[in-house]
Amino acid sequence: MTQTIRVRINGTAREHAVEPRLLLVHYLREVCGLTGTHIGCETSICGACTVLVDGKAVKSCTMLAVQADGSDVTTIEGLARNGSLHPVQEGFWECHGLQCGYCTPGMIMAGVEILQRHARPTREQIAEGLKGNLCRCTGYVHIIDAIERAAGARRAERGVGGDLKW
Amino acid sequence: MIPATFSYARPTTIDEAIALLTKHGSGAKVLAGGHSLLPAMKLRLAQPEVLIDIGRIAGLNTIAERDGRVVIGTMATHAEIESSALVARACPLLGQVAARIGDAQVRNRGTIGGSLVHADPGADFPAAILALDAELRLASPRGSRSVKAAAFFEAMMQTVVQPDELLFEITVPKTATSAAYVKSEQKASGFAICGVAAIVDAQAKTVAVGVTGVASKPYRATAVEAALRGRALTPDAVAAAAALAANGVEPLGDIHASPEYRAHLAAVNTKRAILKAVAQG
Amino acid sequence: MVNPTKHVGQPMKRVEDPRLIKGIATYVDDLRLPGMLHAAFLRSPHAHARIRRIETGAAKAMPGVVGVFTGADVNDQCGVVPCAAAIPDLKAPKHTVLAGERAYFAGHPVAVVVAQNAYVARDAADAIDVDYEPLPVVTDPERAIAGGSPLTHPELGTNVAYVHSVSSGDIDEAFRGADRVVRQRMVHQRLTPMPIEPRGCVASYHPGDQTLTLWSSTQVPHLVRTLLPGMISVPENKLRVVAPEVGGGFGAKLNVYAEEALCAHLAMRLGAPVKWIESRRENAAATIHGRDQIGEYEVAVTRDGRVLGIKARSVADLGSYLQLLTPAIPTLTGLVLTGCYKIPAITMEIVGVYTNKMATDAYRGAGRPEATYLIERLMNLIADDLKLDPIEIRLKNFPQPDEFPFHTATDLQYDSGNYQAALKEAQRLADWPALVRQRDDARAAGRLFGIGVSTYVEICGMGPSKAMPAGGWEWGCVRIEISGKVTVITGVSPHGQGEETSFAQIVADRLGVPIGDVVVLHGDTNIAHYGRDTYGSRGLVVGGPAIVMCIDKIIAKASALAAHLLSVSVDDVEFRDGRFVEKKKPDNSVDWARLAGEAYIAKNLPPAFEPGLEASSFYEPENFTYPFGTHIVAVEVDRETGDVKIVKYVAVDDCGVQINPLLVEGQVQGGIAHSIGQALFERTVYDENGQLLTGEFMDYPLARAHDIPDYVMGSTVTPSPGNPLGAKGVGEAGTIGATPAIANAVMDALGPLGIRHLELPLTPERIWRAIGQHAGVAAG
Repeated sequence: MTQTIRVRINGTAREHAVEPRLLLVHYLREVCGLTGTHIGCETSICGACTVLVDGKAVKSCTMLAVQADGSDVTTIEGLARNGSLHPVQEGFWECHGLQCGYCTPGMIMAGVEILQRHARPTREQIAEGLKGNLCRCTGYVHIIDAIERAAGARRAERGVGGDLKW
Repeated sequence: MIPATFSYARPTTIDEAIALLTKHGSGAKVLAGGHSLLPAMKLRLAQPEVLIDIGRIAGLNTIAERDGRVVIGTMATHAEIESSALVARACPLLGQVAARIGDAQVRNRGTIGGSLVHADPGADFPAAILALDAELRLASPRGSRSVKAAAFFEAMMQTVVQPDELLFEITVPKTATSAAYVKSEQKASGFAICGVAAIVDAQAKTVAVGVTGVASKPYRATAVEAALRGRALTPDAVAAAAALAANGVEPLGDIHASPEYRAHLAAVNTKRAILKAVAQG
Repeated sequence: MVNPTKHVGQPMKRVEDPRLIKGIATYVDDLRLPGMLHAAFLRSPHAHARIRRIETGAAKAMPGVVGVFTGADVNDQCGVVPCAAAIPDLKAPKHTVLAGERAYFAGHPVAVVVAQNAYVARDAADAIDVDYEPLPVVTDPERAIAGGSPLTHPELGTNVAYVHSVSSGDIDEAFRGADRVVRQRMVHQRLTPMPIEPRGCVASYHPGDQTLTLWSSTQVPHLVRTLLPGMISVPENKLRVVAPEVGGGFGAKLNVYAEEALCAHLAMRLGAPVKWIESRRENAAATIHGRDQIGEYEVAVTRDGRVLGIKARSVADLGSYLQLLTPAIPTLTGLVLTGCYKIPAITMEIVGVYTNKMATDAYRGAGRPEATYLIERLMNLIADDLKLDPIEIRLKNFPQPDEFPFHTATDLQYDSGNYQAALKEAQRLADWPALVRQRDDARAAGRLFGIGVSTYVEICGMGPSKAMPAGGWEWGCVRIEISGKVTVITGVSPHGQGEETSFAQIVADRLGVPIGDVVVLHGDTNIAHYGRDTYGSRGLVVGGPAIVMCIDKIIAKASALAAHLLSVSVDDVEFRDGRFVEKKKPDNSVDWARLAGEAYIAKNLPPAFEPGLEASSFYEPENFTYPFGTHIVAVEVDRETGDVKIVKYVAVDDCGVQINPLLVEGQVQGGIAHSIGQALFERTVYDENGQLLTGEFMDYPLARAHDIPDYVMGSTVTPSPGNPLGAKGVGEAGTIGATPAIANAVMDALGPLGIRHLELPLTPERIWRAIGQHAGVAAG
């Protein structure tokens, strides 16, 4: 017994018949082939599976694909535009915000949402915003550096009165 | 970590949801934000035959003012409550509590109704809705009824909600800013091992104290409230009264906190919450 | 001459990162092969049980299920899980890939399902019905060696796997001459490594050429290739092991696991690729744990604080069976128990014990965090007992810088060190006098404020082959391609450490080529034919010199070709900035592109010149390396709740020459995060029935972003004289130096209450209880 869902993923409309029990993360990885979203715990603690659903960061291991029907989903693969990295991606690269890279896509997606909430986040706000993302490699300092840097970069790109580029 | 199979229904009205609940009985589970239910299903601790997704029922996430009370739809997410200007103005305690739940992603999906009906003993909202004397509105084939927060929780993971009932909204009185939530967290899960919500009414010289995480179900710390009724809220008076915060309850114990430590935290956090509420005027 | 500092020593961003930050890297779960099947394990819910019967009929009948296998079906074809540690008189159970007649830990795999997709595999595993007869369980290692304990393996007749003794110097003389003996029992709790990517593998067999390819989330593809042929019937030279992108290891993936052998076997047996991806619950229950030692320690000291000798007896909980290095890890503790001190005599007896729990093995630091914690706590206890300053007593027992190489009582040869300098630098960065004033003021105001110091030394760069179970060398290959681009192949298997970058820095400088022209390959035994992989802070320290050896060989070979092409003698050619130049006529020169072209086209070579420009090398380290450092921590304890807040953290680490300071900083900070967890909240808990109570991230807390204090990071540089790069390694420093510093700080904060020692983790409740028990002292 399947259910047909229509989801817009990284700007592309998709339509699939899926089992109701199919988790969104498995839908993205197995059905859509977008394997950048990772699975680290399956109990909505580690955040490796974080994606944006209608602009909001969610843990895709704790959401059914059928719940995403009609939604707009952004995964790590959809973040770079026209071949250039998102400022948060740039920040992670510049600040050595990753080691093994496994938590990184989820961290970056959480970072993107932090910048949506706070144009100029403090380090405490960034740390609080990353509460739902575990990293076992970096010890987080460089990750906070990366998001802080991205906030600065984003402001610079925006210019006075300009549109938000990202 | 894959749920067992189930069939899925997505009603668009409360009546339709109730009809499905009535039809499927205890084999059905209501899916709100899914942040309590889906982890349990993935561990196969919950294996409902039918999942009734109420996420597409219009209006269920409304946060509004009605008849002098703040009305919160069951599907309002923690994040929506946390960031609601109305909540900040008319009932800031709820926003404070919402902000302490889980993490940003969990707050984006988790809902107040789902949290309350799941009745995890470490959930945060129960402390607030108890202190606020909230009313919980339930719909069923028999119509709708209101349940006071104090009568809502029956036992661990158990509420008065019947298999054919749906919690559709929560209403709370407008309250002043003199309220605070102080929480000791279970380090791994983020749930409360002791969360205390306190509201101070300086004019009436009363305090209301809701406690979660300490016992198998959340409770009002009535002994604390009685001890402080009509009294000046000096630090000494508050500390003395707060020592009664776990009176008459049987605290839970697990690897994260023993019963004695939970009882102790109930006293400490009650004292801190009341004093913080006083300080916020 | 090459310019040695153009890249080396620079904080360069990593070449690994673009694929990782774009989400287009390939971890093992991202692999999809045609016809691939999915495995799911059924694991024992009991810590100890006889398996009376396994009913697989219902599972086999489910649509999409290809096969269901129990121990009876596979164990005689798969061999036992290997243990490489050589311990005399070791008693070892035969650990088969699936449980045989008994399951002896909760999580022990009992059956495996192979199905067309992972969802069906899970459903079918749940449909297997096992009739278990529960057997008596032992989980407490001290109880396990007391009389009348249930036996983890009745056939061994004992729970004692081995007794290992270390003894050096005249211990009786040390204790006779002591003014004081300081004693303490200490428990080093069990921990779960928890890399964010769980384990997993994909096995694929090609019946035509009869080759087996195993992609595995492992730190050690080469060790797997060496050891797997002993388990399944594939010759080593028909086996290819690939570590694709690996999402963290921390020792948890320094192993050969039953699931790897079984998936390989099933892929051959079923004629289709088989994938298995571990769930977090499985990872917590059935991937190795770390630490778990309980000991009694006695130190003989003079009244002015000189340490004369240590007697130690510890019980190491090995869990229920032996993984690759299980019994060796506690012996490492004995090896470095004297820390960075001149201690003339030591005895240590280590009893390795079986209990009905998951095996312990190498978790980040592996034996050394235990030793460092013990000695650094003991130094503080000595200071407390003798009313001496903890810094002063450390300085009193350090070897002087001119005493290196320093020979320890445990027969290690510390290569180089200046422990005084690192301590002094840490004190400077901490603004020590101000920090002490801050503590005194806080105490005067009735607050619980403490400062902790830890000075550490660790064994890294594993290691000289004579000291390793199966070779400690490292292999490398450097090839100048026909285009002049440079391909580097290393036998180490980085999984986050960044050697694609740091090796490229070394190579670019030494060959004088643009760093963008260098590609570093690793992690595939068909490409890196030999290797000893990544663990024990060895990647750069042992892998790097192998690359340097290759470069030296290539430059020598290219010089001959250059001389031929420049029509001068080799002695007249000089290599500088990527060109071979005639010394007297610098405009007469050739670059790598020209040389490479000639070397491969091979029409204009000197006589007897072998075509090509490639060299490979094995580097055999002459000794371990011994990084060291000092961490200083200040904490404040909430008197009411027992919560600990780190208010200052200073880390000074000396890992010798730093190739990329940014990566060094990342390693240290990551290590400290593990230590914050170990010191304050991480612990693996089994109940008395052997049920794992920390089987999820919901119950096992890792440090999160908000747990991390602001660090003041510093370093000193004392090159390792025996290492061609001068490097010492830094992968484990933070995990080793930080835990005792934090513990010492908390105990310093609680000292005024009369609290002498508390076990880890220093949870709020543990501290609150101790404060309550010492309330009388607190009031006074």
